[in-house]
Amino acid sequence: MTTTKEVKKAEARTKSGPSLQKTLMGTENALIPVLAVITGLIIGGIVIIITNADAIAAWGNFFKSPGEALRASWNAVTTGYGALFSGSLGKPADMIAGIQNYFATGDSKAMLKAFYPFTESLVTATPYIFAGLAVALGFRGGLFNIGAEGQFYIGALASAYVGYSIVGWPWFIHLPLAILAGAAAGAVWGAIPGYLKAKTGAHEVVNTIMMNWIAFRFSDWLLSGPMKSSGFRPVTPTIEATAELPRFFPDPLRFNWGFPLALAVAALVYWFLFKTTLGFEIRAVGSNPDAAKYSGMSVVRNIVLVMTLSGALAGLAGSAQVLGTDHWVGQGFSAGYGFDSIALALLGKSNPIGVVLAALLFGVLRSGATSMQSLAGIPIHIISIIQGLVIIFVAAPVIIRTIYRIRIGSADETVLTRGWGK
Amino acid sequence: MTTQALPQTTTIANRQRLTAGIVLLVIALLMFLLFIRDSEPGQQATFGMNLNADTIQIPDLVLPVQPTIYIFILVIMFTAGWQIARGIRSIGVMAGVVSFAFVASFLIWATKDHSFNLVGMLSSSLVRATPIALAALCGLISERAAVVNIGIEGIMLLAAEAAVVAGTMSHSLWVGLIAAVLTGGLVAAIHAFLVIRFKVDQTVSGVAINIFGTGATSFISSRYLEKNIDALNNSGTFQIIPIPLLSKIPVIGPVFFQNNIVVYLMIILVIVMHIVLFYTPWGLRTRAVGEHPKAADTLGINVYFTRYVNVIIGGLIAGLGGAYFTVGSVGRFDQDMTAGKGFIGLAAMIFGNWNPIGAFASSLIFGFADSLQVKMQILGVNIPSEFLQMAPYIVTMIVLTGLVGRATPPAADGQPYEK
Repeated sequence: MTTTKEVKKAEARTKSGPSLQKTLMGTENALIPVLAVITGLIIGGIVIIITNADAIAAWGNFFKSPGEALRASWNAVTTGYGALFSGSLGKPADMIAGIQNYFATGDSKAMLKAFYPFTESLVTATPYIFAGLAVALGFRGGLFNIGAEGQFYIGALASAYVGYSIVGWPWFIHLPLAILAGAAAGAVWGAIPGYLKAKTGAHEVVNTIMMNWIAFRFSDWLLSGPMKSSGFRPVTPTIEATAELPRFFPDPLRFNWGFPLALAVAALVYWFLFKTTLGFEIRAVGSNPDAAKYSGMSVVRNIVLVMTLSGALAGLAGSAQVLGTDHWVGQGFSAGYGFDSIALALLGKSNPIGVVLAALLFGVLRSGATSMQSLAGIPIHIISIIQGLVIIFVAAPVIIRTIYRIRIGSADETVLTRGWGK
Repeated sequence: MTTQALPQTTTIANRQRLTAGIVLLVIALLMFLLFIRDSEPGQQATFGMNLNADTIQIPDLVLPVQPTIYIFILVIMFTAGWQIARGIRSIGVMAGVVSFAFVASFLIWATKDHSFNLVGMLSSSLVRATPIALAALCGLISERAAVVNIGIEGIMLLAAEAAVVAGTMSHSLWVGLIAAVLTGGLVAAIHAFLVIRFKVDQTVSGVAINIFGTGATSFISSRYLEKNIDALNNSGTFQIIPIPLLSKIPVIGPVFFQNNIVVYLMIILVIVMHIVLFYTPWGLRTRAVGEHPKAADTLGINVYFTRYVNVIIGGLIAGLGGAYFTVGSVGRFDQDMTAGKGFIGLAAMIFGNWNPIGAFASSLIFGFADSLQVKMQILGVNIPSEFLQMAPYIVTMIVLTGLVGRATPPAADGQPYEK
């Protein structure tokens, strides 16, 4: 017996995707994620305070000098987040001075150094965009792809292999081939749990996590054996220059074609999901598999398709990282991109545009976190804490609504749990 | 009495029988190629049957390699023949027999010309199965009330860290254990609150707990534990407590009755949970809430309260599982030390068909796979260690495909309840 609420929800889900304007300017949609991030950062600030020795000492003397306690806390937070932003975006004063220097003397070193943090943030955001798209596509198809981490690794290794083992081919063949190799490898890695889910109902969460661990061990073996370059470190040989994604600026800026490629792929995914029949099928299966099956869509085929495409996107993330940024693969290569991308997809509400914005944010956070660690002594893992909190806030908008006293709007909650497969 | 079977069903059934039989024959062929071809006629495998001097000693089991493997190959071929000709009704039995034959042959092949302590391996299988079984029990008790808890990994990490820090600071392992259990309960309470009160999607909440748990434990480890090992990260471990008479029994004694308190608690919990879940009114109410909450509600059972209680108890058990890693095993916390055991526990729960004894049995299988890869490295088998380390995860995936029997979850699993 369907209530009006359920009918409305069903309607909302089967409508075609939100128009460009509504996504960008619909404040209702963006409000919760923005507040979630802000609240996460606030709690992160509290964590910084309580783990800062000076702040704790000052709070011990709270009743003697309350101002001191507040000042020490404020100091801790501003030093921490200050390091975060200067490490991720750079200092405007430096940038202006650098540009002036360049025009005056023709020496670009200072200018490049000033812009380095900002370009690094974009470079860090690139794999996040791909990985976030991968998970978002999975969510749209009703699947939880936690295997982005493993698919990332496998894609990176495949691209690296094509990159360093083929010598002498022109770049317009070598580079696309390397990119394709990464996407294909990731696609295979995603298709396996997808097929298992489609044919046997095995829950994709556990299977993709298992594939992650298998990928880690597999890459361990490859990096200490067949794919190891000469020398002591477990890394692959550096890829050929013909397989590199070209960089825009001279060293040390690493900004390369990976970022525009990511934006292009995001646009492609948007078009695919919301403007093609196949995309509609995927979304239908994701919203209501039984109804989709009843209208003749092959649920099995769609599940495998979604996981394959999702894996391909995650593999592309690894590709872009190797071919554009690092040019080689080493152990511990992935900095947890797979799990971060889950937070990304949720934050971006599984919409490619939202995912890009969220990925830029995470790129800033992640590249600033290294500065936080080196300048302010705060371990990088605080980012994971903030991410976990952000996920909870986005998934339970009620919390944010209660904290900030917002009236209830039309929030489309993510519903993914369907038990262990029927 | 034979009914007239439709031609279609017979053909399909025939084809399935044939494929299964052919698969078995392929396995037998693989065994021949891998194990017989790689060994010589006179080799022997020696299996030590005594772990230490406390038990009644029995002589080592010495098996001639090739003849024994031939016997196992014949067993599989016989099974294959039976399957093709008549079809074996119970897939579980067939899979069990074939797996046993294969694994035994593998062990014998790996031990050729060496000696290998079989009882040691069985004992280490049980020990390694402990966190998996505890994770499975946690998942089990909360899913029986229809709440999916994927965040077990995060809970175990947080509990492990709590155990080691509390244990080191208080110089008492018991304090560490209690701290771990309480941490587990607390985190599970948060999960329950989010999922029951706010109707957050259960998978999302679980994943968030995992991310948060990994991040928070790594954060605390980098920030505090790595710099103050003696003050914060050195708790020591629980001693092995042999049970007076029973530990003297050969083979079974060392495996079951010479362990530390965490392992004993796990075994007790399995039995207790089985009794409670299936033989007490409280267990009946739990299962009712999991199968048909609406009906349970009509009967006056408080669905929300039952779910809260179950999830929190699950968290307490997972906390104990987390304690195993530190105060029950190595006495210090390493980042990400659970290595996916929380998820393997969920697979064990599914394979065990959502009942405690089944979950325990499947945990033993996973523990065996885990212990196997360590022993294989020691034996110096030709397979690279990384592939052996993949074994538990591959086994999990095979188990989840349900090739070895379909499992049915509680009917209302994963759905939030609205009054």
